[in-house]
Amino acid sequence: MADVTTATRLKKLINTPESEVKDALAGMAAAHGDLIRVEYDPNVIIRKDAPKKGKVGLVSGGGSGHEPMHGGYVGLGMLDAACPGAVFTSPTPDQMARATKAVDGGAGVLHVVKNYTGDIMNFEMAAELARGEGARVNAVITNDDVAVQDSLYTAGRRGVGVTVLLEKIVGGAAEAGYDLEKATELAKRVNANGRSMGMALTSCIVPAAGKVTFEIADDEMELGIGIHGEPGRERTKLKAADEIAEILTSTVVKDLPYKRGDEVIAFVNGMGGTPLIELYVVANAVNRYLQKEGIKPARWLVGSYITSLEMAGCSVTLLKLDAETTKFWDAPVHTPALRWGV
Amino acid sequence: MAVTTAQLVDWLERYAGVIAEQKQYLTGLDAAIGDGDHGINMDRGFQTVLVKIGPVKDKDAGTLLKTTGMALVGSVGGAGGPLYGTFFLRAGAALDGKSDVSREDLVSALEAGLKGVVERGKANLNDKTMVDALTPAIERAKARVQEGASIGEALSSAAEAAETGMRGTIPLKALKGRASYLGDRSIGHQDPGATSSYYMLRTLSEVLAEVPQGANTATS
Repeated sequence: MADVTTATRLKKLINTPESEVKDALAGMAAAHGDLIRVEYDPNVIIRKDAPKKGKVGLVSGGGSGHEPMHGGYVGLGMLDAACPGAVFTSPTPDQMARATKAVDGGAGVLHVVKNYTGDIMNFEMAAELARGEGARVNAVITNDDVAVQDSLYTAGRRGVGVTVLLEKIVGGAAEAGYDLEKATELAKRVNANGRSMGMALTSCIVPAAGKVTFEIADDEMELGIGIHGEPGRERTKLKAADEIAEILTSTVVKDLPYKRGDEVIAFVNGMGGTPLIELYVVANAVNRYLQKEGIKPARWLVGSYITSLEMAGCSVTLLKLDAETTKFWDAPVHTPALRWGV
Repeated sequence: MAVTTAQLVDWLERYAGVIAEQKQYLTGLDAAIGDGDHGINMDRGFQTVLVKIGPVKDKDAGTLLKTTGMALVGSVGGAGGPLYGTFFLRAGAALDGKSDVSREDLVSALEAGLKGVVERGKANLNDKTMVDALTPAIERAKARVQEGASIGEALSSAAEAAETGMRGTIPLKALKGRASYLGDRSIGHQDPGATSSYYMLRTLSEVLAEVPQGANTATS
C-alpha cells in the first residue's frame, strides 16, 4: 500500500520513497525491452544481447536521480551495464560484481566511475570481488568538475558531464573492437580533455529525506554546484542567462585551457528542472563565447542528460576532440536516451 | 569475564535501534556538509543487518560480525557501506570461530576493524571523518585493558574518547569525502560518520557495562 501522505506531501510522482528506484526500473524494462533487460536484488540494467563475445564490457553506475544517466545509456555503442544505487547514493559492490560478470565476453570489463568517495570505494570492492572470480577489470575515474579545487586537501574534482561523453566515445570504441588496454587509455584521454561547470537556480528534494537538500533564496543562484546539490564555489544574485553562460564557459575554457583552433564537443546540460528552451538560450551564449575565443564547437549535445532530480539549472561541458574521438562520437548508438546512426 | 555472541547480538540490535532513532539527526548533519543521506543509508543497512543475522545468532562471534559486514556492504551504499562493512568484516575475521571473546580478543577485533576502515578510506587523523572518533577510542580501550580494566570499564572509557573525538571534528576542515569540497565552509559542523561511530561504541559500552545475566536479583 502506497504511503499516500508522504508521496503527496512531497508532490512527486512516486508511490513511496522506498519503491521509487524499483518502480522506475520496471518502467524502463517495460519501455525499452528491445534494448535492455533489468535484474533486481542486486539491481542491474544490462544490455539485452550481453555478453558480447570478444567485446570489452563497459560498466558504469552511480546513485539514482541523475536519469537518464546511467541506465539510459545501456545499449549498442555505449554501456553494457549500469548499476543504479538509491537516490544520490552510490550502488553497492554486489551490483557492480554482478554487472561485471553479466557483460564479460572474455575481453575484460572497464568500470567508468565518477570521482565520489562512496562510488570509488564501492567500485574498488566490486573490482576485488570480480578479479577474485577471474575477471579482468580496469577502472577509469572521471573528475571534470572545475568548480572543485583539485588538491591534496580535498577528495578531488567531481565526475560530472564528461562522464556521458566518455561513455559514448569509449562505448563506440569498444563496439569497434578496442581491447581493454586501448579502451582504458582512450577513456583516460577523454577524461583528461574534458572540463565542466554547473549552476543551480533551485534545490531538489531527495524523497527519502523529504525536504530540500539546500536552501536558496528566490533571487539567488549557486555557482559550481555538484550533481547532488553539493554547494559549489559561490552563492550570488541571479544574473541573466548570457552572463551565467559566459561565467561557466570562460571558467571551463581557462581551466584546461582550451585554445584558439581547438575543436570541441559543446555539451549544454539541464539539471532536471530546466526547460529545453532555456538550455538553448544558454547554448547561444556558449556558442558566442567560443566563437569569440576561436574555439570551434564541432559537435553539440543540448538537453538534460545528467540531472539532479528536479533541480533547475545547467552545466556546460567542453571536450577537446581529435580524429579518433570524433569518429567514435559519431559512431552509431542505440540506447534508451541516445540514438543516432541506426 | 568473556563477552558472548549473545551480547554482541544485543549490541547490534540496540545499535540498529539507535540509528533508527537518530536517522533524521544524522541525515541533518550530513546535509550540512555532505549529501544528506548518512542516517537514511545507515538505517537501511542496519535494518538489513537485523534480518541477515537472524540465522547466525547462535554461531560464533566471527560469523556474526562477518555477516553484519556483508549485510552492510550490500545495502548501505555511499561511503558508509564500504567503511562500516569493512569494519565489521575485519573485526569478524579477527574473531573467527570464537564464541567466548576475551577482552583482549575484542580490543584486537576493534583494532582490526579500524585498520580496515583506514585502508579502505585512506583517511588520516583530523581529516574530519569517523576515524577521528574510532582511533582515540580504540587506543583508549587497548590501554585500559593493558592496565587490567574490565572490558566494560575499557569500553566505557573508549566511548568517552569517541565522544571527545566526535566533538573534536566540529572545528576541523574536512579533507576527505564530499565534505572536503566545502573547504573552510565545513568548519563548525560535526562529522556525521564520527557521530555514528560514537553511537556504535557507546552502545557497545552500554551492553558490556550491564550486570551479567543471573546476577540481576542481587541488585534489585
